Amino acid sequence: MTNEQVKQQLLAQFPDLGAWEEQYGMLTFNVPAAKNLEVIQYLYSDAALQFRFLTDLTAVHYPDRAGEELCVVYHLHNLVENFRLRMKAYVPVADPRIQSVTPVFSGANWMERETYDFFGVNFTGHPNLTRILNVDEMDYFPMRKEYPMEDPTRTDKDDEMFGRGG
Amino acid sequence: MRPVQYNENSKVKLADIPEGYSGEGFMATKFDQVIGLARANSLWPLPFATSCCGIEFMATMGANYDLARFGSERMGFTPRQCDMLLVAGTIAKKMAPILRQVYLQMAEPRWVIAIGACASSGGIFDSYPVLQGIDQVIPVDVYVPGCPPRPEGILDGVLKLQEIVKNESLRRRHSDRYKALLNEYGIQ
Repeated sequence: MTNEQVKQQLLAQFPDLGAWEEQYGMLTFNVPAAKNLEVIQYLYSDAALQFRFLTDLTAVHYPDRAGEELCVVYHLHNLVENFRLRMKAYVPVADPRIQSVTPVFSGANWMERETYDFFGVNFTGHPNLTRILNVDEMDYFPMRKEYPMEDPTRTDKDDEMFGRGG
Repeated sequence: MRPVQYNENSKVKLADIPEGYSGEGFMATKFDQVIGLARANSLWPLPFATSCCGIEFMATMGANYDLARFGSERMGFTPRQCDMLLVAGTIAKKMAPILRQVYLQMAEPRWVIAIGACASSGGIFDSYPVLQGIDQVIPVDVYVPGCPPRPEGILDGVLKLQEIVKNESLRRRHSDRYKALLNEYGIQ
């Protein structure tokens, strides 16, 4: 199994995959946000591909990319061939909706809750999309790059003193 | 002469007799002082240890530093039996309600020591998930500085607390000022 083989097979099935890259030899591509579940289902169940393990699922915030600020990243692993790939889907921060991949990978449940907790990505179809690490009362998403830097003249360490919405 | 001499080189220090009026075969003093003396020298600690300060506290309990010398022989791992809550380590905001629950389960009179920078002020964890000092959720009697404090520091904190306990009026817990303090924390 090589990067080129996987790329050709995926392009034959899904022509709208783009931004093919090989960073440090690892195959990386973009998927339209609406098709993430379909592509992951194909990668999982196709007899030749067999990507049966979800190594990681997280998000990145790019405040400068208008209309596609949040990037949801999937790392998949074929354990038989020991082959890895990285799949990215971009969603706007104003309406960060994407399909949950829990129907394919049960292990995505907590990863998606964590991604929701820190970035506010709304995984539709998730069985229990609630905060997992932070307090339930928190009303903001702390890992987004949209908070002011700390005030150097502050005299207290309470949240309201430096714009963390306390 | 006895074959075995006991306490020949004894360094056991006895508590001083409280102030009072004494005469032939009697002594009169105040309940405040006698009960304060008894409480101060038998504080039951409840360790609430979450990180490195907890390791230092283990050393404090151990043979070298030996907290038992000061009457705190027995750790009680239930809040209902303990007088002295020792919070050692970082308290995340998610853990704050649990810490508060533990404090509420302790019977009056109860005292709290915040051990180390994190329990006292959040320490280096100046961040959204960490409580910036446990005094935001429960009242604290003694703060021990250090990151983490040495066992000597923790012992000093316990001795400071003993002074507070010795000099506390028996009516303090019924006073309006004390009730106002608890009300600030939303504790009835």
